Amino acid sequence: MKRKIPYWCIGVGLGVLLLVIGFQEEQFKDLYQKAVIICLECIGIG
Amino acid sequence: MKRFSPIRIRLFVQILYTIVTNGYLYGFFNGKIYKGSLKYACVPGLNCYSCPGAIASCPLGALQAALNKRNFEVPFAVLGFFFVFGSIFGRFVCGWLCPFGLVQDLLHKIPLFRKKKQLPYHSVLKYGKYVVLFGLVVIGSSFLFTGFAKIPAFCKFLCPSGTLMGAIPLLSMDEQLRSQVGGLFYWKLGILIALVLLSIKVYRPFCQYFCPLGAIYGWFNRFSLVQIHWEKDTCISCMACQRACPVNLPPEKISVSVECIKCGQCVDVCPKRCLHFRK
Repeated sequence: MKRKIPYWCIGVGLGVLLLVIGFQEEQFKDLYQKAVIICLECIGIG
Repeated sequence: MKRFSPIRIRLFVQILYTIVTNGYLYGFFNGKIYKGSLKYACVPGLNCYSCPGAIASCPLGALQAALNKRNFEVPFAVLGFFFVFGSIFGRFVCGWLCPFGLVQDLLHKIPLFRKKKQLPYHSVLKYGKYVVLFGLVVIGSSFLFTGFAKIPAFCKFLCPSGTLMGAIPLLSMDEQLRSQVGGLFYWKLGILIALVLLSIKVYRPFCQYFCPLGAIYGWFNRFSLVQIHWEKDTCISCMACQRACPVNLPPEKISVSVECIKCGQCVDVCPKRCLHFRK
C-alpha cells in the first residue's frame, strides 16, 4: 500500500529547496549585511 | 502514567528560547549588535535584529530587506525559512518561541484590569494582521520610498519588537543615536506603550490583530508537524477547552484554525484527555 507523504514533509522539502535557491542567488549575503548594521528604521530614527 | 502538562513547561521554554536567541550579552552592555555568522540565518519568531543581544536575523526584517532591493527578486531564502518553520511548527512558534509573545504573556499575568480574551469586533479586527502583512510588509516595503531608497515599512512604522528590544537598549547606551530621536521614535514608542497597556487587559493583542508573522504561520497551522489532536469520540462537549483557550476556540477548531497558537491550555484542562499533542 502506498504511504501518502504528509503535507508538512512537502512543506519542509519546499522550504529546503527555496533555501538552496536563495543560497545560490547569494541572498544570504544580503540578509547578513542587513542584519549586522543597526537598522535605524527598526529603532525609530531612520 | 503522569500526564503531560504543556502549561507547566511552556513558560520555561519561552524564557529559555528568548535568552538563547538574545544571548549576546556583550551587546547589552556596550550598545553594539552581534555581527557573527549566525546572522546568516533567521529565527522563527519576531525578534528584531537590532536588538543588542540578537544572535540571528528577524524573518520579517529579512523579508522587507529583500523587498527593499532596487530590482525586484523573489526572496527565496526568507521564504525558505518561512516554509521550514511553518511546516514544522505552524503557530506553535507564536505560542512557545516568540519573544514578543512572551512579553505579552507576562504582561497579561499582571493582576490589573478585568481580563478579556478578545477585543470587541474581534471577528473583523482579526483580519488586521493580513492588512499589516500585505499593506506594510509586502506593498509598503516594495513601493514606499524615502528619497531614493525603499523603506521597511512595518519595521519603520509599527514593529513594537524593534522599539522594545532594539531601540530602548540601544538608545539608552548610545548618546549619538539618542541625539537623533524625533517624531518617528515617539510614534513607535506610543504604539509600544499602547500595546503594553492593552496586553495587560486583552490576551496578546499584537499577535491576534497585528502580527504579520502570525498571519504567515497561521496558513501552515492546519498541516504543520506539531498538532494538537482532538478525539471527537471521547469528547463529552464540556467546553472546558474553549473556556481555557486564550483565543476562545471550540475543540473542532483547535490546532487547525489560523488563530490557534498551540499553547496547550486546552490539553491541560481536558477532563477526558481527548486533546493531546501529536506523538
